[in-house]
Amino acid sequence: MQARFDIAVIGGGVVGLAVLRRFAMVGLKCVLLERGADILSGASKGNSALLHTGFDAPLRSLEIRCMRTGYKEYFNIRDKLNLPLVESSGLVVAWTPDELAALPAIVEKAHKNGVTDARQISAIELRLKEPNLAKSALGAVLVPGEHIIDAWSAPLAYAHQALAHGAAIMRSAEVTNGDFSKGIWQLQTVQGAITARIVVNAAGNYGDFVEAIARPSPFTIKPRKGQFVVFDKPAYKLARAIVLPVPTARTKGIVVFRTAFGNLAVGPTAEDQDDRELATCDREALLQLKARAIEILPALANIDVTANYSGLRPATEHKDYVIEALADRNWITIGGIRSTGLTAALGIAEYVSALYGKNFGELPKKPSKSVWTPVPNLTEDRIRPYMKGGEIICHCELVTRGEITAALDGPLPARDMGGLKRRTRATMGRCQGFYCSANIAAIAKGHFDAKP
Amino acid sequence: MPNHDVIIIGGGPTGLSAARALVDLGISDVVVLEREAEAGGIPRHCGHLGFGWQSHKRFWTGPRYAAELRKSTRFLDIRTSATVLELGNDGTVRIQNNSGISELKAKQILIATGTRETPRAARLVSGTRPQGVMNTGALQQHVYFHGNKPFSRPVIIGSEWVSFSAILTCRHLGIRPAAMIEENATISAPRPGDLVARFVFGVPVRTSTKLLNIVGRSNVEAIEIEHQNKREQIICDGVIFTGLFKPEKALLPMGELPESITLAGNVLEPLKTSGECWQQGRIAAEKIAARLL
Ligand SMILES: Cc1cc2nc3c(=O)[nH]c(=O)nc-3n(C[C@H](O)[C@H](O)[C@H](O)COP(=O)(O)OP(=O)(O)OC[C@H]3O[C@@H](n4cnc5c(N)ncnc54)[C@H](O)[C@@H]3O)c2cc1C
Ligand SMILES: Cc1cc2nc3c(=O)[nH]c(=O)nc-3n(C[C@H](O)[C@H](O)[C@H](O)COP(=O)(O)OP(=O)(O)OC[C@H]3O[C@@H](n4cnc5c(N)ncnc54)[C@H](O)[C@@H]3O)c2cc1C
Repeated sequence: MQARFDIAVIGGGVVGLAVLRRFAMVGLKCVLLERGADILSGASKGNSALLHTGFDAPLRSLEIRCMRTGYKEYFNIRDKLNLPLVESSGLVVAWTPDELAALPAIVEKAHKNGVTDARQISAIELRLKEPNLAKSALGAVLVPGEHIIDAWSAPLAYAHQALAHGAAIMRSAEVTNGDFSKGIWQLQTVQGAITARIVVNAAGNYGDFVEAIARPSPFTIKPRKGQFVVFDKPAYKLARAIVLPVPTARTKGIVVFRTAFGNLAVGPTAEDQDDRELATCDREALLQLKARAIEILPALANIDVTANYSGLRPATEHKDYVIEALADRNWITIGGIRSTGLTAALGIAEYVSALYGKNFGELPKKPSKSVWTPVPNLTEDRIRPYMKGGEIICHCELVTRGEITAALDGPLPARDMGGLKRRTRATMGRCQGFYCSANIAAIAKGHFDAKP
Repeated sequence: MPNHDVIIIGGGPTGLSAARALVDLGISDVVVLEREAEAGGIPRHCGHLGFGWQSHKRFWTGPRYAAELRKSTRFLDIRTSATVLELGNDGTVRIQNNSGISELKAKQILIATGTRETPRAARLVSGTRPQGVMNTGALQQHVYFHGNKPFSRPVIIGSEWVSFSAILTCRHLGIRPAAMIEENATISAPRPGDLVARFVFGVPVRTSTKLLNIVGRSNVEAIEIEHQNKREQIICDGVIFTGLFKPEKALLPMGELPESITLAGNVLEPLKTSGECWQQGRIAAEKIAARLL
């Protein structure tokens, strides 16, 4: 039987999309199969959207390796794809003498991880940098390379660039099973069978279920929920840096950070759960987050909450990523990309293409000319479409009709309201759709009818 | 840049009544800036009766009232699809419209940007985040602007005046609310609102009842409530968060207001009726005119 595709990627999160892009750009015939109505409907839907240096990642891990290469490549391709970047920095702030004593070790670890510009700063320097921080801060580690992006522009850019290189993206196409024979995979999807030479499992919180198609899964996913509270626009000015706590063994802790959309957010929590999909918000946790944020930046006490959301990290029993190729099964596993996947995705894609080379033969040479598909800018620090005119539909986030209709058309149109929000920011502001949601529903009418 | 006498931000009942009153007082260089494609404010989508008594001694629907307000200001300089982005401290106003960003300047500025209901997110409500959760304002636009029926058996959270507007809006398309939920021991709107809700509209009113949780994956399936320390579920397919009005005050400068800026209508202290806002618009106009003359 003739294989239709060289590569079938299961999962349209940031990781699957980066891998798809990588393989499509060398000319392999690729398809991505996504269970949701739209891409980015799993872990990649709601995260902190920070571009991490990896200063605090486990030493010599696969994770730090992929983060470092991913971070570098993000900067390399940023202009050509118009990827967001709000320059910031990280400040790991010590609030107690014990935490202060822990700072030198954080600097040392950062240096070992290659983040050589990380350094400890005094309480006075900290105050000069962040005058709105609570007065009880005792000192901090400054990590200049930590930055703010948004969660969706980059993966959408990867998707568009993959499409421009001939890849196919199928949505509402859950993979339910598969057969491997004579070097060819036949994957069962709810939209029929797909044949491919090599399968990449990038199924996020369902990674172990999908893995079971190829073998008993070497990992079990235990989703770890993270909730966030987002404050209204005036809060954006209260802190330039990403304010991190001194980490504990279990989590990086509660972070206060500006968002690329001009807000300020606090989160995430770290709560284990069984459900792979439902990320609820819980009043108690939201109240605690809000209270913690006010402790860190007291001026937040007078600023309204705009939104809250939560996301599920695909955590496993392993500390590190699980990325491996099964040479005899034509299968590549990408599992447990827990809390750094947005940063690491391009690095993971590079690592995976190296695995391909080692296990499945040399990759085609990269064609000399690549197509670049810049994404529309959603971030506040650059020119936004409304500034050039047009009819504003979403008043709080200043989203124009043109942006909304563009997101409903094109090679990868939004397939549900969530997909439209992620492409435009519409309804994400302080009124949460009081003024515009009905108009947007009218504009989108007919676009969300389930067509695969 | 010409220095107008007055710029009015917001073309709702307050802004339009102020504009008209200013002209009647002899101030004709007045510009109204309205971000929607049509002036009229909230009444544009309150398709039920309840408007016009105080100002016109009529009993109109909201859209009719909005149309009358537009009629009474039709010769004035009302610029729609014009969003005010920012106020400078020297009387300049930054505006976005179809052709981009520009600035206007005025001696006096009236902010009449109205109010909105507190959405679910700012109330920090537990649960999933399915489709079908909205404020009354959005519901009205679905129903009266677009003939959309976003759900057929929602619950209404809150019991202010506007919560009854939500009931009326539902009835317009045959939507039958499953219940009205109020945390306090009595409803916020005056009696006999609860009796009207129950016996006229068939909507059970549940006071001393707390919303705990919204349930449902892609669409609302139920809410969980607590009453006298007992939890129960109400099956429903939508949640309407009503009231808890928040002034639309993002444009307000920090600190004390300069003499050149006045606020009126619902942006001041929500929520008043359209008639009271209309009246406040006139009073603001007199104050502004006195400053100019
Ligand atoms: C609270 C939180 C904060 C975070 N903060 C950051 C941060 O600041 N910076 C950072 O770099 N990273 C951050 N992350 C991590 C990052 O979000 C994840 O690592 C990343 O989204 C994982 O992407 P993924 O593609 O592996 O998984 P997913 O996004 O879950 O993608 C997997 C996809 O596979 C699909 N799928 C599942 N089963 C099937 C099937 N059988 N058939 C077809 N499709 C299927 C799913 O629907 C899903 O869309 C954070 C994560 C969370 C939850
Ligand atoms: C659901 C609901 C039902 C109601 N039912 C009744 C009723 O039955 N009877 C009654 O008398 N009253 C009713 N009211 C109250 C009535 O609608 C208000 O009192 C009245 O509309 C307030 O007028 P306003 O001009 O102050 O504000 P609004 O009507 O809110 O007008 C403000 C205007 O400012 C514009 N604006 C805001 N920001 C900007 C900006 N930056 N740039 C440009 N323009 C801007 C808005 O687009 C809007 O048009 C109801 C209100 C609601 C929400």
